[in-house]
Amino acid sequence: MNLEAAIDCDIHPTTGGVGPLLPYLDDYWHETVLARGIDSLDSISYPPYAPLTARPDWRNADGRAATDVGRLRSDILDPTGTAIAICNCLFGVQLVFDEYMAAAFARALNAWIAAEWLDRDPRLRASIVVPMQNVEAAVEEIERWAPDRRFVQVLVLAMGEVPLGRRSYWPIYETAERHKLPIGVHAGSSYRHPVTSIGWPSYYAEDYAAQAPAFQGQLASLITAGVFARFPGLRVVLIESGVTWLPAFMWRFAKFWRGLRTEVPWVDRSPPEIIREHVRLTVQPFDAPHDPAIVCRLIEQIGCDEILLYASDYPHWQFDGAPGLPPGLTDGQMRKICRDNALSTYPRLQEAADECRAS
Amino acid sequence: MNVEHRERTGEGAARLGFADCDIHPKVRRLEDLRPYLSERWWRHYLTYGPRVRHGFAKGTPYPKAAPLACRRDAWPADGGEPGSSLELMREQLIDAYGLEFGVLNPLSPTGQGYQDADFSAAMASATNDWQLDHWVTPEPRLRASLVVPYEDAEAAKAEIEKRAGDRRFAHVLLLSRTAEPLGKRRYWPIFAAAEAAGLPVGIHVFGYSGWAMTNGGWPSFYIEEMTEHSASTQALVTSLIFEGVFERFPALKVVLIEAGFAWLPALGWRLDRIWARMRDEIPHVTCPPSQTIRERLWVTTQPMEEPERKKDLIDIVEWIGADRILFSSDYPHWDFDNPALAIPPSLGPAVREKIMRGNARALYGIA
Repeated sequence: MNLEAAIDCDIHPTTGGVGPLLPYLDDYWHETVLARGIDSLDSISYPPYAPLTARPDWRNADGRAATDVGRLRSDILDPTGTAIAICNCLFGVQLVFDEYMAAAFARALNAWIAAEWLDRDPRLRASIVVPMQNVEAAVEEIERWAPDRRFVQVLVLAMGEVPLGRRSYWPIYETAERHKLPIGVHAGSSYRHPVTSIGWPSYYAEDYAAQAPAFQGQLASLITAGVFARFPGLRVVLIESGVTWLPAFMWRFAKFWRGLRTEVPWVDRSPPEIIREHVRLTVQPFDAPHDPAIVCRLIEQIGCDEILLYASDYPHWQFDGAPGLPPGLTDGQMRKICRDNALSTYPRLQEAADECRAS
Repeated sequence: MNVEHRERTGEGAARLGFADCDIHPKVRRLEDLRPYLSERWWRHYLTYGPRVRHGFAKGTPYPKAAPLACRRDAWPADGGEPGSSLELMREQLIDAYGLEFGVLNPLSPTGQGYQDADFSAAMASATNDWQLDHWVTPEPRLRASLVVPYEDAEAAKAEIEKRAGDRRFAHVLLLSRTAEPLGKRRYWPIFAAAEAAGLPVGIHVFGYSGWAMTNGGWPSFYIEEMTEHSASTQALVTSLIFEGVFERFPALKVVLIEAGFAWLPALGWRLDRIWARMRDEIPHVTCPPSQTIRERLWVTTQPMEEPERKKDLIDIVEWIGADRILFSSDYPHWDFDNPALAIPPSLGPAVREKIMRGNARALYGIA
């Protein structure tokens, strides 16, 4: 598939430990990291050596992947001809229990992304990683990086301490909306709760499976809490969520909304309408059989061709060979997924495209 | 959804001859259970009440949309709660629509998920005796659920063995939100006993795991809880499959009750991908998850997803398999599905016949 000019909405630069962040921490936190022996904040959402975490041919001699911009270029950007790629860094900031430490690491991580990645390749954009442990600090972090137009999104995890619709989080949404930054919700957990509502499972395979229900819960929370009614300009991008659960979820949610809407009277439209207007999903993984007829029916069920965004999920091992899109899409659908939808989702990408055209 | 009962809609309705795989009977008054409980447990009930894994002494964490989540016309004149009067159940469901056979799934108070394991076992057993005496004996079109104290699998196994061979029980009944993922080995004695007794395991949504109702924390609203049930059910299906329960118990059949079903194909596709990538972690899983789902799971219809376009439901039924879907009314709950109207004619008469009766007959061995 030709990805010339495509916008890749999910790639994962990796620090490969705390070390690379040291230059970006202030003296106190630098000293703390060394004195307390903090050498890794890797999350069990992506165990570094698990098959899913990095494709074998993308791993370096140490078994890690996506730790430098050179490999990013040669592994994915150059061979695909990708025009723009959004860096979503999954370093475990959100897992830290000390909210001051979380804020310090978030700040260092964003500084590292800007200096080591964005400054080194003009095709790169990034999400602002925020410490959800402390809403004030999260807002401050957004304000710090918002003037840099290469930051195009705010990044949070699919599983946090309380559901994303809670009013305590609303200052984050107000700030994001004001700066035209969508909220990217990425697979992952802060592990404040088991990854299933029925407790801790045995296997990593179950942990990864549990990401899809997490997105379902967060959509239900954001919508029933009235986040989109209060922040009509806000977009939410579900990243690495799988896609095929969406139609069934929308039907179920719509049915209960019809029966139970008196409980949440501020939700004045059926949830699928709200989802189609405000929510976007990246297509890697898609979670369907390799059957064009089924994919075609699923796309019809979603009922909106604006909603899907291309992503490679580099370096996660979602596919072998060249990145692809689900089979059976029309050329028009491919164009929308690979480029147009990202431009309409991320105002800052559209801005850049407009400037590019003007010059 | 909150339908008012209307008088019988005509001879056609009465001749439906349908099977209803989710009917909720209720005790008329607590004393109905007293003959089946020891003095100690009767006094325990009165003193401490049922203690499940949430904080409210009475009622549920999220107040329902209607009193006891029931149809407002389903309250019997004798003052009992909805579902407590066989006479009214006959009038509103069994005779009104021509029930051929129905599966009782008692939900509360039944001992399921109680924190006190011994009390849980005593209540479950009492509930089983009560179902036979109060429902199945006077109304043979009804089948009981074999209610078990599932958090103590050995006690659950003993209860199953005690009732094994009694054809008045249709399936072993669990609730979906268990204290640990259902595929964990601590629950395996239940599956072994059910398999040995030749009974499917029915898993009805609800119960309280004690963990947050979403993996991202506690929701605020009842509408979120209702939407969430499919997520808990996805988690338990994932656990059963990735723990290798279906390989270990090759005759085990599982019925998912009141969880909806349109989400099931997408779950199977997702698990297939994960299984293919992480097979070295779960080598005991030898069958592709979607195939296990296709062969070993059944689903009940209510609350059925209602796509905007009718043909989308046809796709879903095709992907799940028309032979795996069982009609359920959820009587007497507020979102009751009318047996005469719920299954869309667009599915065609053959599929409708399977869903309304044939599949349940085959699964539960009704001649």
